[in-house]
Amino acid sequence: MFRNQYDNDVTVWSPQGRIHQLEYAMEAVKQGSAAVGIKSKTHAILVALKRAPSELSAHQKKILPIDDHVGVAIAGLTADARLLSNFMRSECLNSRYAYDQPFPVSRLVANVGNKSQIPTQRYGRRPFGVGLLVAGYDTQGPHIYQTCPSANYYDCKAMAIGARSQSARTYLEKFLDQYLDCTLEELVKHGLRALRDTLPQEVELTTKNCSLGVVGKDTDFTIFDDDRVAPYLQLIEGEERTNARPPAEGAGEAAMETEGEGEARGEGEGQDPQPAEPQADERMDQ
Amino acid sequence: MTSESMMSTEFWRNGPSPGSVYNFPGPGQTAMQNQSQIGAAKRTLAPTVTGTSVLGIKFNGGVVIAADMLGSYGLSARYRNLSRVMKVNDSTIIGCGGDYADFQYLQSVIEQRVIDEECLNDGLATHQRGLYSWMTRILYNRRSQFNPLWNVFLVGGLQDGEPFLGFVDKIGVADESPTICTGYGAYIANPLLREAYENNPNMTLEEAQKQIERCMKILYYRDARSINKYEVAIVTKDGCIVKPPVQPETNWEIAHLIKGYE
Repeated sequence: MFRNQYDNDVTVWSPQGRIHQLEYAMEAVKQGSAAVGIKSKTHAILVALKRAPSELSAHQKKILPIDDHVGVAIAGLTADARLLSNFMRSECLNSRYAYDQPFPVSRLVANVGNKSQIPTQRYGRRPFGVGLLVAGYDTQGPHIYQTCPSANYYDCKAMAIGARSQSARTYLEKFLDQYLDCTLEELVKHGLRALRDTLPQEVELTTKNCSLGVVGKDTDFTIFDDDRVAPYLQLIEGEERTNARPPAEGAGEAAMETEGEGEARGEGEGQDPQPAEPQADERMDQ
Repeated sequence: MTSESMMSTEFWRNGPSPGSVYNFPGPGQTAMQNQSQIGAAKRTLAPTVTGTSVLGIKFNGGVVIAADMLGSYGLSARYRNLSRVMKVNDSTIIGCGGDYADFQYLQSVIEQRVIDEECLNDGLATHQRGLYSWMTRILYNRRSQFNPLWNVFLVGGLQDGEPFLGFVDKIGVADESPTICTGYGAYIANPLLREAYENNPNMTLEEAQKQIERCMKILYYRDARSINKYEVAIVTKDGCIVKPPVQPETNWEIAHLIKGYE
């Protein structure tokens, strides 16, 4: 029934110093569709790939507004994301009520981190199964933060999370030195190209499956969906993909399982009876 | 409390019985005493040790707030060396009139908040606008519980190069203005400061301080609850300071000409 004897509960360590339930939660993020966040000196943007769970359903929201100066893109369990975004909204409203000022993004993300940590250390509870990319603008400028089910959070120049997001990160790393001085339009182009790199060869970004969120100096957080994202998609229409590769057999699932390889692995890891699932993308204790 | 009828009948009337503690505002309020004896909640119905006017004025590049150092106990000049201005952080100062105990309470809350915020070490600090808004919420909340903090606060500061001056009173009324005076000073000093500001909206720190000194002197001449010793807090782009107390020269030569108020 269990994959190994150390993954029954979040409170149990494996002899190798890992917490398997946390690593499984981290995997939940990789099941969600991809989201990309980048910032320049003036703006922070989010682009995300929307999925429709069935033919009959509409595409699910991937980018949620939090406050005038913050928004998040989600990957993982949507229900958990809604709970966290609710929490973030109330934190932001409290700050506006008490201090008449927007809540600093770093403190908002720290509060999410503190909230997420609690179920990672309590018997009988489970971590949040969602990763967030938080884009915000405050007195310290634009921000992109990534949060994880493990309660870690990272201040990023650019980041991608979700299914096949390694391809997007590869793209983002390639042009890392350009983002800071980008115009908003160039930034969006980078974001869309990075997001497109996560798609299988036969799939394209469309107005249906693509969503864009923008926040910046003198710009409230705005979401561009459907027809409103069309002008941005046109900017990169017809461009060669940077990750052009021959369609691999069983692309899709297979590609997903190789995600995260190329990460340096510490010695002595992977000694526990291993799940058939892919390995954790990163150590939780980093 | 010094009515002549009291003095004529008994030596010590309406005071505590020997060995017991004087209970402000006095045993005239017997209903209150009975309430407190049966454990009912007790609210501030009148301030005890109070401070009088607080003056504040913006100048080009900062704000000055001043208050004298008297803590009055009723009409008596009970404490003569109380500081009623406070440096909050490098960009914010406050000045306080009204109940001194309530000021000390809020002072300790604010000081703890500043420490907590420094511990976060995230390069952010609550600036005066944030503190000002927060204080309006605290004061309005307390008055809504029918238990007000019996104070008037002036909040001054500098945020993004812009001077800021606002006030909040015990029921949560809040306003911003380039010149603010509270208490008796609202009648005596505010017209003077306002005129000075309108004639010279870009005054220097020295000019602002001169205006403050003039008003503090006038207040000392006319406000029976004031003392000839005051403190000035200044915020500029270089930070905040509370200057050591000053005792201006006064001149009472014409005092004997004023008659009819005895």
